[in-house]
Amino acid sequence: MQGERTIRVLIAKPGLDGHDRGAKVIARALRDAGMEVIYTGLRQTPEQIVEAAIQEDVDVIGLSILSGAHNVLFPRIMELLRERGIDDILVIGGGVIPHEDIPFLKECGIAEIFTPGTPISQIIDFIKNNVKK
Amino acid sequence: MELVEGILKKDKKTAARLITLIEREDPKAIDALKKLYKHTGNSYIIGITGPPGAGKSSLVNELAKKMRAKGKTVGIIAVDPTSPFTGGALLGDRIRMQDLTLDPGIFIRSMASRGSLGGIAKAAYDAVNVLDAFGMDYIIIETVGVGQTEIDIVKVADMVVVVLVPGLGDDVQAIKAGIMEIADIFAVNKSDREGADKLVTEIEMMLDLSQKEFDLKPPIIKTVATTGIGIDELEAKISEHLSYIQNKGLLEQKRKEKTREKFMELIKFHISKMIFQEKGDIIETLLKDISNKVIDPYTAMEKLLQSIIKGE
Ligand SMILES: Nc1nc2c(ncn2[C@@H]2O[C@H](COP(=O)(O)OP(=O)(O)O)[C@@H](O)[C@H]2O)c(=O)[nH]1
Ligand SMILES: [Mg+2]
Repeated sequence: MQGERTIRVLIAKPGLDGHDRGAKVIARALRDAGMEVIYTGLRQTPEQIVEAAIQEDVDVIGLSILSGAHNVLFPRIMELLRERGIDDILVIGGGVIPHEDIPFLKECGIAEIFTPGTPISQIIDFIKNNVKK
Repeated sequence: MELVEGILKKDKKTAARLITLIEREDPKAIDALKKLYKHTGNSYIIGITGPPGAGKSSLVNELAKKMRAKGKTVGIIAVDPTSPFTGGALLGDRIRMQDLTLDPGIFIRSMASRGSLGGIAKAAYDAVNVLDAFGMDYIIIETVGVGQTEIDIVKVADMVVVVLVPGLGDDVQAIKAGIMEIADIFAVNKSDREGADKLVTEIEMMLDLSQKEFDLKPPIIKTVATTGIGIDELEAKISEHLSYIQNKGLLEQKRKEKTREKFMELIKFHISKMIFQEKGDIIETLLKDISNKVIDPYTAMEKLLQSIIKGE
């Protein structure tokens, strides 16, 4: 008898910006959608995020960023994941990210970017339809 | 074989994957656990329990740092409740343990209780064995304890630290029934707050009134997890307790009891599962007869047993 498949998500805030209200709202919404959400708190380095994702064996990493450093931090996280031989984690991003940056981030391997105002139900559906494990 | 090899080579990715397979009740997990069993029994397992927000995760963070400073490796399992309505869970213990994330001698796993009563995830028992076989010197299990639920932790841990905080009013009264029996050490955390000494006195009084014969009376240690005050003492008392129970043979005895209990549970679970699968029809027929007063439940039970013994 197999237990039912529960989606595990790591919500992380890379970079130095100082509040995490948005990340917490998402974390709660995903929990309410039946997912197990590991919340790691503020000011995470890419190295910490990737290590936590490995130990927690998550299906999804949700990155939330407001500081504008996404063009540096997001690719770095993808690079570290590749270095560790991980290609089965769905990585999505959100926060204040200008539209013109999105194609570059997707090229780096971020599956989707959700800008402010995206209904949370859309994020939930995206995760459910795209988990790789 | 890959899973087993990975664990024995201390590969964290493999450990993480095996714990996931355990949570999913994947048959591959059982296979691996069978082979890992002989490599277990070498870690000290410490339970940390107490009400939500008491500072358990912060204390675990500080304790783990102390243990690392002494050259010991630490596995941490942090269990939080699954929402009974949605099946989801918010696991926030890592927020307080960020300092530990990149330490090669630390492995942290957050687990949701997933339907098991008693606060501890069913899978946590097996996850402990994974980290044990992995070679962690200490395994710390953090569970939320309110009322009865903290009691399950004793089924896994060699010793239990109960964390309380001042200012929760009647809290000690409310939770004392469960806690008196299981605490090997009390940590009065947030002792930077008013009421810490009063709480210490209350706990002392409860211990004095308790009927329990202590091999070792639980020490009460005031801590401030956010600044590190009292952590040296807490860590020292934990080592002291572990040495004491080891030297007196109490640890071995306790582990034997735990093994027995675990095996009995396993037997009960699988035997009843087998009976319900194989004898479902007979059980239903008997049940109808019992309802219609054609037969009484005792005779029905004897008939069922007969059919199991003769059957096959
Ligand atoms: N004032 C004070 N706050 C603390 C202390 N220990 C933990 N906290 C804070 O209490 C909150 C809950 O801590 P946490 O470790 O997550 O508690 P847990 O739910 O028991 O794991 C956090 O905001 C901590 O910073 C302490 O000794 N004193
Ligand atoms: Mg906690």
